[in-house]
Amino acid sequence: MSGELDFEGPASYVGRSVSRPNARRLAEGRGQYVDDIVLPRMLHVAFVRSPHAHARILSIDTSRAERMPGVRRVATGADIARICKPYVGVLTHLAGMRSPPQHPLALEVARWQGEPVVAVAAESRAEAEDACEAVEIAWQELPAALDAERALEPGATVIHAEFGDNLCFRRVVDTGGVDEAFAGAAAVVEDTLSFGRHTGVTLEPRSMLADYNAAEESLTAYHSGQSPHMMQAILASRLGLDEHRVRIVCRDVGGSFGIKIHIYGDEMAACALSIMLRRPVKFVADRHESFLSDIHARDHRVRARLAADREGNVLALEIDDLTGVGPYSMYPRSSAVECNQVLGLTGGPYRHKRYRATGTVVFQNKNPMSQYRAVGHPIATAVAEHMIDRAARALALDPADMRRRNLIPDDAYPCQSPSGMRFEQLSHHACLEKLVALMDYPRLRAGQAALRAQGVHRGIGLASFIEVTNPSPMFYGVGGARIAAQDGCTMRLDASGAIIAATGVTEQGQGTETMIAQIAATVLGVQMSCVKVLTGDTDKVPYGGGTWASRAAGIGGEAVLQAGLALKKNILEVGARILKTDAGSLDIADGRVVKRGTSEGLSLTELARIVYYRGNELPADFQPELVVTRHYRVKDYPFVFTNGAQGCLAEIDPETGFVRVLKMWCVDDCGRVINPKLVEEQIRGGIVQGLGGALTEHCRYDERGQLLNCTMADYLVPMAGEMPDIEVAHIQTPTRTSLLGAKGAGEAGTGGAPGALMNAVNDALAAFGARVTSQPITPDVVLAALGKI
Amino acid sequence: MNDAQEALDIELEVNGEHVRRRVEARRSLADFLRQDLGLTGTHLGCEHGACGACTVRVDGAIARSCLMLAVQADGARIETIEGLSDAGAIAELQNAFVLANALQCGYCTPGMLIAAQALLEADPQPSRDRIREFLAGNYCRCTGYQSIVDAVASVAAHRAARGPR
Ligand code: FES
Ligand code: FES
Repeated sequence: MSGELDFEGPASYVGRSVSRPNARRLAEGRGQYVDDIVLPRMLHVAFVRSPHAHARILSIDTSRAERMPGVRRVATGADIARICKPYVGVLTHLAGMRSPPQHPLALEVARWQGEPVVAVAAESRAEAEDACEAVEIAWQELPAALDAERALEPGATVIHAEFGDNLCFRRVVDTGGVDEAFAGAAAVVEDTLSFGRHTGVTLEPRSMLADYNAAEESLTAYHSGQSPHMMQAILASRLGLDEHRVRIVCRDVGGSFGIKIHIYGDEMAACALSIMLRRPVKFVADRHESFLSDIHARDHRVRARLAADREGNVLALEIDDLTGVGPYSMYPRSSAVECNQVLGLTGGPYRHKRYRATGTVVFQNKNPMSQYRAVGHPIATAVAEHMIDRAARALALDPADMRRRNLIPDDAYPCQSPSGMRFEQLSHHACLEKLVALMDYPRLRAGQAALRAQGVHRGIGLASFIEVTNPSPMFYGVGGARIAAQDGCTMRLDASGAIIAATGVTEQGQGTETMIAQIAATVLGVQMSCVKVLTGDTDKVPYGGGTWASRAAGIGGEAVLQAGLALKKNILEVGARILKTDAGSLDIADGRVVKRGTSEGLSLTELARIVYYRGNELPADFQPELVVTRHYRVKDYPFVFTNGAQGCLAEIDPETGFVRVLKMWCVDDCGRVINPKLVEEQIRGGIVQGLGGALTEHCRYDERGQLLNCTMADYLVPMAGEMPDIEVAHIQTPTRTSLLGAKGAGEAGTGGAPGALMNAVNDALAAFGARVTSQPITPDVVLAALGKI
Repeated sequence: MNDAQEALDIELEVNGEHVRRRVEARRSLADFLRQDLGLTGTHLGCEHGACGACTVRVDGAIARSCLMLAVQADGARIETIEGLSDAGAIAELQNAFVLANALQCGYCTPGMLIAAQALLEADPQPSRDRIREFLAGNYCRCTGYQSIVDAVASVAAHRAARGPR
């Protein structure tokens, strides 16, 4: 069957950097984000949020707010709870995990600063905000549990009394033999690393426009999100609606990065209010409430130890990860997955056999924390790569040689990591060698030494990494979450001869629709301009998971490929009847059904006309089917791993502590590359997001649990002026789990960059006998490492 | 009714069209453009003057429409992404952005394009560093900026090769 597919030939769009057909619309400002949609009788909702990290609600007086101009409804937690059932963010396959039921708005106790408490629906957002200020709440402040390190200490404030302590989840991985390996090691290095909280800062804030139609008992939710069918299942079940009467529409999405894949109380409350008021209700977070309520990410403290022999062979690795996730585990994906990933992924590129890892997830009175782009990967990679570099330094080995010695050989696959991760086929050595060539590593090293003599302190950092992509049902479905791992594509040949492909994966700017069109056009032998792609509407696309965990190309793309093959077969059957030959002698080339090797035949437009309008010309016993649906799920592996290597050149100023990233390089192997340019841009954008978290982005809380930086002026996302150029190259090891062979690429940049950067900084600091172990690597972290503050 | 809710009449030119409206004194220019005129290509990322997503042209100079009140635009000439697109005023930049994939989600893009246009007006041959520096007030969370710099640099290079018109 794969003989039909020619991805290398001149007619293939797969492998070509075609530009995105939907980009021009966005470049003209003709996108349609949720806040751009205006419906008749639409109200706006704003929220009163808890000013305290932990406080009991003694009373709520809404009477004054209700009399304010334009106000149509003031709803408390109890009002919303009558419409919306609570939810529990637990995955059953994470043994022992627990989290209490959560309501959209706090009921008796608010458990983080920013938790929504009262909703006000009014004719305008401004009027809703005015009325929020008139809501009077009497609070009794409670002691807050903030520090993850102390969350489990005796006497700590217990956030959920019914649990007895603040433990959410704990897991231990142990291959055995770790202590023996350490006892016999020539070199043992250890460190405690910390990774601060940061958040996604999608430029378009979270948005939900809920439109309940009481006559139909139906709800249409225009949502800025990345998993429409997941939202459909959740809204239906929590709001007591028939699932097929809930429609989720995700049009243009102004960035998501995992932020918009979770269930938020304010969005649920907007839907509940639409039901209560029987009219459309719009919620668009302002930036301040984005910082207070969009999930935060990371916040890990990892103790790590690594043992190596005299030649530099890693013998064993041990980590202890502690992470605080706020007062609830997020629904429905939970807040334990990041820690679980850290345990599963740390050291994954290397061939040591002994590994012990403990992960502890605790509750605390801060904004909930959950999956954000590259879940767990930045931590896992930074920890392992830091320890590899430490060991290399201890043994006076070059970091590149240390990796050459320890990376799993490219011919050793399939194999399994000590944590149980199964690798189909990776290419660590090929990626590393391509990376050092791309960087001109020996010349960089020479340049570094020369500049150091002049008082310029540069460092070179390497990071080899793995990335979880193309998840199977083992990610969420197995844990009871209604999140599809399979995805589908419905493809049809329209009466005009155009190809319409509807897919369950979504577009948030990555180029999903372009990639789908490239595959469809290639399989069907038509021009890409003849293909229209439909995404982001549960009424119009086959059931699917959406776009997350780098699954759109690998899973969504394979469903498109399979649908294309099936539609092509049906088209050729029709062509055979018209051309009075057998289908096997026909092919489609440049939009025409032709006898193989000739140009004799008819266009798809003509074929479609015959089928749709002049069926009398076809044999009476033949019924053409020009609409097909195919699905795909990953069956052979829990995830299809990708791998790559990143390099970083950074300069530190030992006087100010300022770190400047001069250049980044990345070699990524995401299997078959459908559109090299789009992959490169995913990597670049991902790297900059990773650098942001590693350098400047930090959600800073004070000792009372107040978030100190809630504006874009004091939460620092990377700006154009301070980011480097990034060189990207590919290695292609197509996965054999699909015909397409594509794996994911959306998170590789973010996963690897913090590790490469930290190694570069420490390479520069080595001249001073100093090193940093915490991120973000702000100037004061560097100065503290240098003993200057 | 307090002062902020007091309504005032304003008259201005938006994308070449004469517009007369009564607006609340507290309404920002961005909200006025988006909500009163339906010009939703002007985006709001922070409403705080930090991100640049709301960048428009006011009397030929770039401004952050979230920081300006609609009443302050009384008598002014406003250009938004819609008007600039329809007039073809930034067509070269738009083509370059599409070719370089200098946009992903597109939320920052209208502001970024309008800022880039202003840069090339002020400095037709900016270095890459100058481009990065000038666009530092326009946040993009998706692209990592390099492709945006590439796109702007390619327009500058193309214009230099073509010579003055
Ligand atoms: S919305 Fe105006 S600068 Fe961000
Ligand atoms: S393209 Fe998404 S913020 Fe710039």
